[in-house]
Amino acid sequence: MFDSLSSALSNAYRSIVGNKVLTEANVEEGIRSVRQALLEADVHFKVAKEFVADVKERALGQEVLKSVDPGQQFVKVFHDELTELLGGEKVGLPVATDNRPLILMMAGLQGAGKTTTCAKLALWLRKTRKKNPLLVAADLQRPAAVDQLQTLGNQLGLAVHAEGTQGRPPEICRRGIELAQRNRHDVVILDTAGRLHVDEPLMVELAEVQQICQPHGVLLVCDSMLGQDAVNSAREFDSRLPITGVILTKTDGDARGGAALSVKKVTGKPILFVGTGEKPDEFEEFDPPRMAGRILDMGDVVSLVEKAEAVIDEKQAEREAKKLLKGKFDFEDFLRQMNMIRKLGPMKKVLGMLPGMGQALKGVDLDDNRFKRVEAMIQSMTVDERRRPDIIDVQRRRRIARGSGNQLQAVHDLVKQFKMMQKMMSKLGKGGLEGLAGAGMPDPASLAGGPGGGLPGGMPGLPGMPGGRGAGRGGGNQAFRDFMRKRKK
Amino acid sequence: MVFGKLFSGLRKTREKLASGLSRLFGRGRKLDADFLEELEEVLYTSDLGPTGSKIVAELEQAWKKREIAETTEVPAFLRKALLARLEGCEGSLVKAPTGTTVILVVGVNGSGKTTSIAKLARRLQSEGHKVLVGAGDTFRAAAVEQLSLWAERLGIDIIKQGTGADPAAVAFDACAAARSRGIDYLILDTAGRLHTQKNLMDELAKVVRVVKKQIPDAPHETLQVLDGTTGQNAIRQAEEFGKVAGVTGLILAKMDGTAKGGAVFGIREKVDVPVKFIGVGESIDDLEPFAAEPFVDAILKFEGQETASA
Ligand SMILES: Nc1nc2c(ncn2[C@@H]2O[C@H](COP(=O)(O)OP(=O)(O)OP(=O)(O)O)[C@@H](O)[C@H]2O)c(=O)[nH]1
Ligand SMILES: Nc1nc2c(ncn2[C@@H]2O[C@H](COP(=O)(O)OP(=O)(O)OP(=O)(O)O)[C@@H](O)[C@H]2O)c(=O)[nH]1
Ligand SMILES: [Mg+2]
Ligand SMILES: [Mg+2]
Repeated sequence: MFDSLSSALSNAYRSIVGNKVLTEANVEEGIRSVRQALLEADVHFKVAKEFVADVKERALGQEVLKSVDPGQQFVKVFHDELTELLGGEKVGLPVATDNRPLILMMAGLQGAGKTTTCAKLALWLRKTRKKNPLLVAADLQRPAAVDQLQTLGNQLGLAVHAEGTQGRPPEICRRGIELAQRNRHDVVILDTAGRLHVDEPLMVELAEVQQICQPHGVLLVCDSMLGQDAVNSAREFDSRLPITGVILTKTDGDARGGAALSVKKVTGKPILFVGTGEKPDEFEEFDPPRMAGRILDMGDVVSLVEKAEAVIDEKQAEREAKKLLKGKFDFEDFLRQMNMIRKLGPMKKVLGMLPGMGQALKGVDLDDNRFKRVEAMIQSMTVDERRRPDIIDVQRRRRIARGSGNQLQAVHDLVKQFKMMQKMMSKLGKGGLEGLAGAGMPDPASLAGGPGGGLPGGMPGLPGMPGGRGAGRGGGNQAFRDFMRKRKK
Repeated sequence: MVFGKLFSGLRKTREKLASGLSRLFGRGRKLDADFLEELEEVLYTSDLGPTGSKIVAELEQAWKKREIAETTEVPAFLRKALLARLEGCEGSLVKAPTGTTVILVVGVNGSGKTTSIAKLARRLQSEGHKVLVGAGDTFRAAAVEQLSLWAERLGIDIIKQGTGADPAAVAFDACAAARSRGIDYLILDTAGRLHTQKNLMDELAKVVRVVKKQIPDAPHETLQVLDGTTGQNAIRQAEEFGKVAGVTGLILAKMDGTAKGGAVFGIREKVDVPVKFIGVGESIDDLEPFAAEPFVDAILKFEGQETASA
């Protein structure tokens, strides 16, 4: 079994790269890996099965056979298909075409994040659309649900219509809308109680709210950690209401979010937003290619490649990578690369964008200050020491520690890890494809590092990536990069 | 029957979800590759994940070795295979030898912690114990109010501070109060947190440390509440919370829907923690001790036979 799709994918590459065309046989292996990975990402069994069949069909189609690089085609088909399934282009909120305020209604299972999302959405509409929303507290089921929405409203300065815990939700919502019209709110967001799709009385009540209020949009709030049952609940909510779109919550965790694909597939409704944290501003518009990358655990390759192209000097990176792969790599190179990477943004974010790193980085404390410490240590080295790390003996180490304000142990760690990396990199240079997969996956333990020194492990792997491909090894990743570049245009 | 609610929840959607094993085991069905694939589907859609494939592979082996020939023998085979994986998975609450038993309740956002605490308090209370709850979720809007309402309904005491207070301080106060009031069970709520949030996991570790300072062998029980509808991520959750908080038992909430909670099998492969209760509704009595057999039967939908005879 595969731990993640990136390993599945590199496996797929291995079976495809080197072959001139995609044949039934060489695709089969990759396809199987992909299916397995989708299942492990919680994509529904049937959805995964269909998806895989589609990819296979397309991969074996004419457009592919004409291809010069089968690996490239495989990845392209794969990623495109998934992105398409997830929604193709971005879709926005509905608009109110009658003379009423825009009425949006939340629906979903218990604890999915509806109430929190009401506040997030209102805040987002106020910020980006200059709207003046009213929240309506219509969850009379959960203890303190009304209180929760009111508290959020207070915190954010949002108006809330609440009538305590008595009465009936459809009526409360109706009065909320009337109030909004009187008070010139241009958006009304209805919070409803969480309910199971099999809870008949509560589903009837929800449909009643919908009928009485005629919302312009019904938003199904979905937990991104949902498993296989996501299709059952989504289908049922949709058949009862129907729903307009989906909001995916808790995407700040490490769930691969396959349920998103399932929900999209069974309802056909777009995913509009994602919740990315508990705080009210941790909320974003949904980005299908990014989600596709996540489900495949390919990291946010798209934006990484784009960013990298903007800040990394391609030629230089390639030169560096060649050097790197030969194991001829010194502290000066290292420093330069480190600075190059740091231009990309905070380290954890950058590394998180790499395929396979999503999992590897979980729980790893990647403190950007550590890069500063490493930088300080290297800067305390003489030019000679930087170019010939071998000469750095204990006496020199002591001096470097003093000069950079670090513990001696930190310098020991730095030198030790640097040497290990040199070795690893020269192996990588010989290892080709397999090594490349490894380059994206530094050992989390070494990333966490020692007491305060230590090398931010695996880091040179980043500039190494474009170069590694340029050097003619690991064609798969080169293909991927080309594909990404084309995609952008 | 203990699992009555679980079954009745399942029954509600039976017609809609008629796919499943009953169809598979219908008369005249041959044991072949198609059959195995359909079987794999049933197991996967119960969130068994890769465990599902493993079980199907075992079945295939048994079939090839001619230990099994007919599809009619398959249910018993599966039942055995699934139950074997749940060995040691049942477990009851731990009780401190003397003094207050401290139960810390942890888990990701919205999994059902606070509601499960209310249910647990009710259970212990009805067994004649003196129960106190501590409102350790000082982060989420109205989390303190939510637990306070439950406490009020149950007529039990609650230790709380304002929203934004240090949860470790609340835990400290609650332990002190429990000792001085001769409380049998103290149940501490915590804010929902994703296991990937290092600072929040550190905060949880701190709560554990503070509790230990007050009552050295506490928390006697650290229960992690998992949402039964969660897929494979539940495994990561169990691993991470286990590491940071020393989880001693699981509560599988929201088992009254159509989700089967099959992630438990994947969890069993990684951590050796029993499932102590399942949540089967939003009401105060909707908590049942976990029992492996009905759990497995719900996955295999053997309850179809039950209704057939009823
Ligand atoms: N980490 C994270 N937590 C979230 C996100 N969205 C919501 N939550 C948390 O999830 C939990 C449940 O959120 P609620 O908004 O109360 O969920 P709900 O759907 O209204 O719940 P019910 O009304 O009980 O059905 C809370 O702890 C929220 O803080 C998110 O995007 N990320
Ligand atoms: N159907 C059903 N709903 C449940 C069950 N347990 C909890 N819930 C509901 O799930 C929602 C969230 O429950 P809470 O107890 O607030 O969850 P929590 O883990 O404390 O949430 P946070 O504190 O926000 O992280 C509420 O609407 C509960 O009523 C259960 O066993 N079955
Ligand atoms: Mg709510
Ligand atoms: Mg809670």
